[in-house]
Amino acid sequence: MNSSAGLHLKTYLLILLMVIFGPLGNVLLGKGMKGIGAVSLSTPAEAINVLSRVLASGTIWLGIGSLISFFVAYMLVLSWADYSYVQPASSVAYAVVALLAHYMLREVVSPLRWLGVLIICLGVVVVGQTPPRTTEPS
Amino acid sequence: MREFIFYLLIICAGTGGELCVSRAMKVVGEVKDFRPRSLIKVAARALRVPWMWLGLTLMGTAFFALLGVLSIENVSLVVPVTALSYAAGALGGKFFLGEQVTRRRWTGVLLVCVGVALVIMGRR
Repeated sequence: MNSSAGLHLKTYLLILLMVIFGPLGNVLLGKGMKGIGAVSLSTPAEAINVLSRVLASGTIWLGIGSLISFFVAYMLVLSWADYSYVQPASSVAYAVVALLAHYMLREVVSPLRWLGVLIICLGVVVVGQTPPRTTEPS
Repeated sequence: MREFIFYLLIICAGTGGELCVSRAMKVVGEVKDFRPRSLIKVAARALRVPWMWLGLTLMGTAFFALLGVLSIENVSLVVPVTALSYAAGALGGKFFLGEQVTRRRWTGVLLVCVGVALVIMGRR
């Protein structure tokens, strides 16, 4: 029982890190890309121009750093927990994205959209009540 | 049209990439030691699994598609739309990784999808 409790604790801890760093990374990328403007990739020269502006943006690098932190936590948790458990469980990140987009980027989030976010979280609760591993370790 | 291609890339390449990476991490085995030196060894082991490289390439493609669509649309729309990959993810977990997806878990995934639909409808 003890090792099962430990498995759950480290699973929850890493999912918490994913839920913080994933949305933060996405919001920072959004902020950076809005600063760059609509991307046009019609010619190679334009694509290179866009890429160089992306790589020169500090906000985007912060976002990338945040997403790498998310990715490391994700990798670690996937080494023992099922993908179809981790992916839905981490979907609480969608609520965090809406909150961050609203407060950091001043995006207008309509009531219907908040309802959608709420239902996503409800789905997360349902998913969270299933065991984190159904396949035997090899 | 441009947004559609970006979303398609994010969902398909992103989910495919995650499934490959997940499969690679299952080959690596459960990580029990979180000291930096051990984590570096885990990373080195992971990079020797071909699935990891395929996964990283697909995830990189999805990342640039995400940047593309974020230059046009709001984060509070884009990120929930990418959650359409949940259906693909559950199916992939079941058929590609051999995981058992319980009825309860399917219900959760379904609720998440309904939520995503409302988020899209709440555009105005």
